[in-house]
This record gives sequence, structure tokens and C-alpha cells, in this order.
Amino acid sequence: MSNVNEVIAQFQEVVNQPGDHVKKYIAKTGNKAIGYFYYAPQELIHAAGMLPVGIWGGNIEPSSVRSYLPSFYCGILQTAFEMGMKGLYDCLDGMIIPNLCDSLRASSQNWKVAVPQVEFISLVPPVNRKTEAGVKFLLSEYENIKNTLERISGNKITDQALNNSIKVFNTYRQTMREFTKVARNYPDIITPSIRNAVIKSASFMDKVQYTALVEELIQGLKTLPVKDWDGKKVVVTGIKMDSPALLKILEENNVAVVADDLAQESRLFRSDILQTSANPLENLARYWSTMEGCSLLFDPEKKRCDMIIEDVKETGADGVLFCMTKFCDPEEFDYPIFKKRLDAANIPHVFIETDLETETDEQARTRIQAFTEMAAL
Amino acid sequence: MTDEKKASEMIKELMDKHYEDALEAKKKGELVGWAASNFPQELAECMDLALVYPENHAAAVSAKKASLPFLEYAEGQGYSTDICSYARINLAFKDIKECEALQIPMPDYLLCANNICDLMVKWYENLAVELNIPLFMLDIPYNTEPAVTPARLEYIKEQFRMIIKQLEDFTGKKFSEERFKEVMEISSASGRAWKRAMSTLMATPSPMNGFEMFTYMGILVCNKGRKETTVALNKLADELEERVKNGETSYKAEEKHRILSEGIACWPFLGHNMKTLMQYGINVVGAIYCDAFAKVYSNLDEMAIAYAEVPNCVNLEREVASRVKIIKDHNVEGMLIHSNRSCKKWDGFMYEMERRIAQETGIATAYFDGDQSDPRLFSKAQYETRIQSFYEVMEQKKAAAAAGEGTR
Repeated sequence: MSNVNEVIAQFQEVVNQPGDHVKKYIAKTGNKAIGYFYYAPQELIHAAGMLPVGIWGGNIEPSSVRSYLPSFYCGILQTAFEMGMKGLYDCLDGMIIPNLCDSLRASSQNWKVAVPQVEFISLVPPVNRKTEAGVKFLLSEYENIKNTLERISGNKITDQALNNSIKVFNTYRQTMREFTKVARNYPDIITPSIRNAVIKSASFMDKVQYTALVEELIQGLKTLPVKDWDGKKVVVTGIKMDSPALLKILEENNVAVVADDLAQESRLFRSDILQTSANPLENLARYWSTMEGCSLLFDPEKKRCDMIIEDVKETGADGVLFCMTKFCDPEEFDYPIFKKRLDAANIPHVFIETDLETETDEQARTRIQAFTEMAAL
Repeated sequence: MTDEKKASEMIKELMDKHYEDALEAKKKGELVGWAASNFPQELAECMDLALVYPENHAAAVSAKKASLPFLEYAEGQGYSTDICSYARINLAFKDIKECEALQIPMPDYLLCANNICDLMVKWYENLAVELNIPLFMLDIPYNTEPAVTPARLEYIKEQFRMIIKQLEDFTGKKFSEERFKEVMEISSASGRAWKRAMSTLMATPSPMNGFEMFTYMGILVCNKGRKETTVALNKLADELEERVKNGETSYKAEEKHRILSEGIACWPFLGHNMKTLMQYGINVVGAIYCDAFAKVYSNLDEMAIAYAEVPNCVNLEREVASRVKIIKDHNVEGMLIHSNRSCKKWDGFMYEMERRIAQETGIATAYFDGDQSDPRLFSKAQYETRIQSFYEVMEQKKAAAAAGEGTR
């Protein structure tokens, strides 16, 4: 148990001070770091000998950003811009901004002027991702990114290096899937905050080191007795659920997260990159066509909803928590369909809206309390 | 005076006919599609497919002050008020199926394109799922680069082939290269006629009240590939040229200040906006639609590029350049910006774009808050106050320029 606690403490330290962790990594290794929003070819950054850093905004009051983005842009972009403008991302040598929604489309253009010291790297992923034309187009986007990353790092990205990075990331993905399964058995130890800290740390850590640490945690957990859980179990869905206040509310109400469909968490590691071609860059491009279950991916059948229902069945969850990132229109479009499908499947669900981290929400507390009572019926 | 119809009447009749034809096609059992406003309608036109454009429908319903019940219905279904009001109106209509202000047939298939915005994809996903009909998706990637790259062009053209095949299989109709060429020619001719009409607004005074543009441009969304459209738009251009020659205008006030209207129109309050501006002698003599709707091309590559270079699909530098060109060509003194709550893409680059335009041209700029379709988000009082100070700034700039001091 002491070992488990020690490992958990390491993850908590990373998410509490992600910037410090990245800076320490850079100082120690001499490698550069590249930021990205949501989904980017992290393997390419890794293969160039650099650290991919997931950018999710943070706890900061938006002020300077107001001269670029309207107040009805999501908190992720508002706070990421604010941090960038305040120089908090100066340790990054580039920023990949994928065109996944209208806010990101406009943000890509603003980044060039608002945060000029962190080079904007364009990525426009294809909507028709399952067509060969789409894969080919994404391959051309990745080729451009590869060239840019080679220039920034000064390292050539060889096929061998990329194949190796794909292996590293596939191992990470497999390990994370294992972790989410094992964690379900220990809701008393892997509380919602700890679960988020463990998974979110991957955004800021070297993947080899990170995966080894998660593996250590899994092995440590497995030695512990599985206890009965008398609280509620939920599946969470949305872009992210890393608000400390909200996570605390879940804990206070004895709610365990048994699975997630979050862009910051499981959507990143739900499937592996398949080695179908001798060209690793093509394998990387094809991965985009195999991903499923995200509001940012073209999903004309809304498979996402079916996948959530599957998760509920598999985990025996009491219900689903839709954690809405305020002003995220892709998620807002999915919500009415989600609601209908879950109602039809008789699965209880609750809607929680999160905005800036600096705000705590009493409404969330009331809703979660009411939900735990309702789910008890 | 002859009994020849005026261009405005011809255009109105064509718009009415567009909706009547779609209803009629549905009645006859033909397949009807719903299409995104910037989907290349040439592809459907050359296969003689009946289409309706939900964005145009939503705008028309809003202009007739009939949008609110639809918006409220959508909200009741769980759609956030943060979502584009065109989408909310249409997603509500999908269930309600009746609209007294303007009826449209229900679709059998969907044609989506995302060149003007990404949320079109989400909107059409929801339609496809809820109506259980096929969605044919044309992905036109955003141009972060200064020009449409070869990889983008190839991807778009490959999708043209895919969609033609999908449409042939679904509708049983045949695509003909020859007919396609003909439709491209007609569309380009319509584009040229529009460009000729809009270039008359360079004259001082402008031959028309700029708000008329908002009612005319629907024809280019819905009917650009038809000969009647080319005829009507050429008639419009002729009439405007004639007015310029005679120093006449349909603007019913003294044109004291010439402005660029930026952003989608505030449809529910179009009349109010127009009257307020007229009180101050402010006339709209330019908008991004002047050039953006004049797509002229002579082959498939050029058509693909034309659809890839629409506003909101090009980078900030090009967005700025296209406005600066209109401002200079049309002798514009001020830019009135509709901070349209529905359009996150447009709002998201507006601040930086406005700074660059003001710096480059020295014109006055003003913002007002509103929405293309949601009447709850507009305040007459705010609009009137903003226009008053906008007018005062333009007056001062004019006086300073006249005094030879310059203000830059």
C-alpha cells in the first residue's frame, strides 16, 4: 500500500505543477518540448526526440485573451491563450493546433499573433477520415509536420525511430486500458481525483517513464484486497473532467468513476495504432480513421452513444455523468442525441457543466446529490 | 416605361419558385436533399436534383420574425443556446415539420460541406441520425496556408468523384460531364453578373441601399446554376449601371457615409437596422458577399479552389486582404461589425482582423451585439447608441480629412 501511495503522489505532483515538470524534463534531458491541443501525432514528436505536451488550459483568470477570443469560447482555449500570452508556455518550441472545431479554427490564426514565441504548427485532420483520399490527405499533413519537427529538433525522424515511437505509444495505450480496468476494483484508493491525476499526467511526462510508473501502480494495486463499494458507480463522458472542485464533490458523495469517455482520458488510448503498412507515417495517419467515439470525430451514426451504453453494461455503472465543457459546441450537439439514447436504454444520466477552474459550482453539487439519490431507486 | 419586370421582382419570383419546386418535387415522389449553403450545388444541379438549403430557410424564417418558437423547441430538446441559431431552427423544424412562414419539404438525403464552418458537420450528423437518411459529406479543409495546397485540391476532387458516385447510386440519376460543363458555365455567368452588379456599389452615391444585397444574395445560394438566375442578375447589373449613369439610387436618404457591413445580417431586425442607419445617412456599400458569392471558374480544379477559398475557409491574412480590397475599391469610411453570437469562427478572428483593417485603412469601426436568428440576443437601444457614436466618429474623420489634417 505504501508503494501505491508513493506512486500516486508522483502523479499528483506532476498534475499540480505540470509546467515545472516539463521544464525539469527539458533541463535534465536537453530535449525540446512541443505542445498540442486534443489529438496530434504525438509519436512524431517523440520520434524527433522531443516531449509531446498536452495543453488543456489551467487555473488562470482570462484577461489578456479577451483581445483575441470572445468570452463565449471554451475555458480550455481561453486559459491556454492566457497562459501562452503570459509566457507560461515559453518552454515549448511549437504548438500543434488541430482544426477540430470552429473555435480551434479561429484560434489557430490568433495563436500566430497572440503567442508568437511558441511556433504555430498547423494540422487540419480530414473529416472523411475513413476514405483512402482522407488517409492520403492526412499523410500529407503529417509529412509537413514531420518536416517542421525535424527542423525544430534538428533530428531526422527515421522510419526506425517512428516505428519505435509507435511501439512506445501502443504500450502506453495498452497499459492505460489495463489501468482503467484494474482501477475499477479499487474505487476507495483510485478516487475520481486520483484517477484523473494518474491519467492526465501522461500529457506532461515522457511516455516510457510514465508507462513504467503506471505499470508499477497496477502491480501494486493488484496485491491489495478488493473491497465492496457501497457508493455509486458512474461512467463519465465529455472533453475533460479535471476540475478539482467537481472531483471533490464526487468523492464527497461516494461516487466512483468506473470508466470514462473523455477526450483528456480514455479517448486518447482506446485503440492501438495498427502496423498495416511498411510506412510508419501511413500507419499513424490510418489511426485517425480507426478512432471512434468522440464529438470531434466525424461520427454520422453517433457510435459514441452506443459505446457509452456498452461501458455502462460492462462496468455495471449506476449511470452516466455528462461533463459538459461550457461553450464546446461539438459536445453540445451530441448531448440531445446522447440524452435520447440513454433514456431509451433506461440508463440514468446527469448533466454537469464546467467552465473555468476558478469557479466552483454549487449547482453541480446539488445535481450530483440528486443523481445519487435517483440512481438508488 | 415598359412592362418588363424589375430585377428585384425577378429575383423574388425565382426564390419563391425555388421553394415551390422543392415542395412540388417532394409531392411527385422525387428525392429531395438538404444541402449546406456552400456545398457545390453544381453537382446536384447537373443531375437535376431538387435541393433545399436549411441555412437560407432559417434566415428567411428569421427575417419573417418566426424563428423564436423553433429556437425554444430546440432548447427543449436539449440543444444549448450556445449552438448556432440556424442549426437550432433547422433541428427543430426536423421534428415539427411545419413552418407557416416558409414551408420546406423534408429531406431524403443530406449534402454537407464544412468550408464555411466546422459545426455544419455536427448539425448534419444529427439530422442523419435522427431522420435515418444518408449523409454525403464533402470535407473542404481549412486553408492555414496562403493558397489551396495540391494535397487539399487532390483530396477535394477525390471527394467530388465519391459524392457523384454516391448520388448516382442513391438517386438512380446519371451524372453527365457535358451537362456539368454547362452548369459550371451558367454558374460562372451568374457569378460574373453578381460581380458586375456589386461593382456598381463603388460609385458615389451607391446606386442602391446596401440592405437589398441581403435579399438578393439568396439566389446565388439556391439557384446559381440556372439560366434564369444569370438573366435576373444581369438585369440587376443593368439597372444598377443605368442608375449610376443617371446619378440615381434606391437609397432613400442622402448618402453621407459609406460603410462595409461585416458579419451575417441580423435577420430578425433587418428593417430596424436599415432605418437606423438611414437616419444618419449611412449606406452599406460593401460586404464580404460582394466578391465571395461571385465564384467564377472554367474547370473542375478551379471550381474546387473557388469552394475552398470562401470566407471563413482562408487564413487571417487573406480574410484581411479581401476586406481591405473592398474598403479601398468601394471608398468605404467605416466598418460596422455584427458580433453575431451564432458564428464562433467569424467572431473568433474578428478582434484581430478589425485591428489590422483599422491599421491598414484608417477607417472607423464599430461593433454591435446580436444574432443572425435569435431575436433575444439583440438590443435596439444598444444598436442605436453604437450607430450614433459610429456616425460621430465618421463625421469627425471626414471633417479632419477635409481640414487637410488627416487622422492616421
